Amino acid sequence: MWEFVNFYLIPGLVLGCIYALGALGITLTFGILRFANFAHGEVMMLGTYLALTMVWLFGLHPLLAALPAMALTALLMLGLDRAFFRPFRSAPTIISVIASFGLMLMIRSAVQVIWGTQPRPILPGVQRPQAWLDGAILLAPKHVWILLATLAIMAAIHLLLTRTRIGKAMRAVADSPELARLTGIPVETVIRATWVVAAATAVAAGVMLAIDTQVETMMGFKMLLPMFAAAILGGIGRPFGAVAGGLVIGVAEELSAYPWLGTAPLLNPAYKSGIAFAIMVAMLVWRPSGLFRGRVL
Amino acid sequence: MSVLRLQDIDAGYGDSPILRGVSLHVDPGEVVVVIGPNGAGKSTALKAVFGLLNITAGKVLLEDREITNTPPERVVRQGVCYVPQTGNVFVSLTVQENLEMGAYVRRDDWRPRLKEIYEMFPDLAEKRNQPAGSLSGGQRQMVAMGKALMLDPRILLLDEPTAGLSPRYRGEIFQTVKRINAAGVPILMVEQNARQALAIADRAYVLVDGQNRHEGTGAQLLADPEVARMFLGAKG
Repeated sequence: MWEFVNFYLIPGLVLGCIYALGALGITLTFGILRFANFAHGEVMMLGTYLALTMVWLFGLHPLLAALPAMALTALLMLGLDRAFFRPFRSAPTIISVIASFGLMLMIRSAVQVIWGTQPRPILPGVQRPQAWLDGAILLAPKHVWILLATLAIMAAIHLLLTRTRIGKAMRAVADSPELARLTGIPVETVIRATWVVAAATAVAAGVMLAIDTQVETMMGFKMLLPMFAAAILGGIGRPFGAVAGGLVIGVAEELSAYPWLGTAPLLNPAYKSGIAFAIMVAMLVWRPSGLFRGRVL
Repeated sequence: MSVLRLQDIDAGYGDSPILRGVSLHVDPGEVVVVIGPNGAGKSTALKAVFGLLNITAGKVLLEDREITNTPPERVVRQGVCYVPQTGNVFVSLTVQENLEMGAYVRRDDWRPRLKEIYEMFPDLAEKRNQPAGSLSGGQRQMVAMGKALMLDPRILLLDEPTAGLSPRYRGEIFQTVKRINAAGVPILMVEQNARQALAIADRAYVLVDGQNRHEGTGAQLLADPEVARMFLGAKG
């Protein structure tokens, strides 16, 4: 029982939190800008390298280093939007999608040139799991950080979207850009706010993934599929759907390796990333609006 | 001075004009109704005022300022509010959030205005925390009008507010339009339900084929045999 919780459920939740944070940005940008941003994973990776650099330069704790990295990446994202997405605002969606694809390749190559392709740890050493609840639950401190930080960020996003003027305007633009314009909501300002939130949450997800594993230049690309799967599962354009979708996919991936039948893992762990893909395809075929009635791709 | 004046407007999409030499005006305190057959350019006239399509000749004056071809986001800031026929509320936002968005361009404190709107539309106050998408068609129109009124507009443009509503709601909407007007807001309204619309209009215009055909007070047009034949059914 506790083995199930400690080695499958909790790692699933940790992974799910990371997916959820990543999927949040995808679903927000899709809802407001109406295109699938393939560069999202790479923005996450770039921000994680910036955080790694802060760790090297100033000896910061990775979670602290994430804050300036989030701010820097958000600024950079505004510049990238100006250069690569804004010229295509009124062009057909596919052009923005292709632009994001190109941007993805450019960012990855730039990072590989600057930082090299070798994987690097952001948190040195190995953390031993600590016993909680009389030793029933084993949990490494870094996993506690990840769970708590994700909760804090989700709460902040929730307040942003439901309590602030710009957050409500973001939801209004996601609802109907035309009506938002007629109402006098400055759509470009809302788009910039969206990029800032998307970049910041992506970097948070990237740093957490790096704390859990390591920093490498393919991390963004590998995250892309589960993040999109989570966004689609939750319903495109539904922030809380993306969070739920991320958690479901993270947990499903880890639980797929549990020895449900007999003693061998149900699914060889090497194939677990196939779970996200299977869920995404199944949703697109049977319920493209996702669990929370989002927009159909 | 008129609140809003269209002078010999040619307007349309691309090169082919839909409106040809249309003139109309709204004086302070008036409800002005535009009727006409489908495709006469009634809605086009509202869209032209709001900068949603290109005016190729003539001009639009808001009081004494020219606003010809000003884009919608700037026209709003000058105090012109436009309620489109469909898609006029943010369906996933609550009623109150819709009203707040209506006040987005206000720099001052909009909360007193929100209270006034709730007094004007008690139904909305009751449903303030419900998503606008969960309301009936008539109630959505109320939200859309309330949202526009949050700005304290100098003039309100309504595009067929009763389209697709049941007769019961239609009457309610026309009563609401009169109430809004009684509170001092001039209204320019395009309508299909000509008889009911003319009944509440101070003045009205008949557009046919993108041109002015008739104008007069609501009562005059209701009594006009040609208008009756064209729009009011056989019995007028």
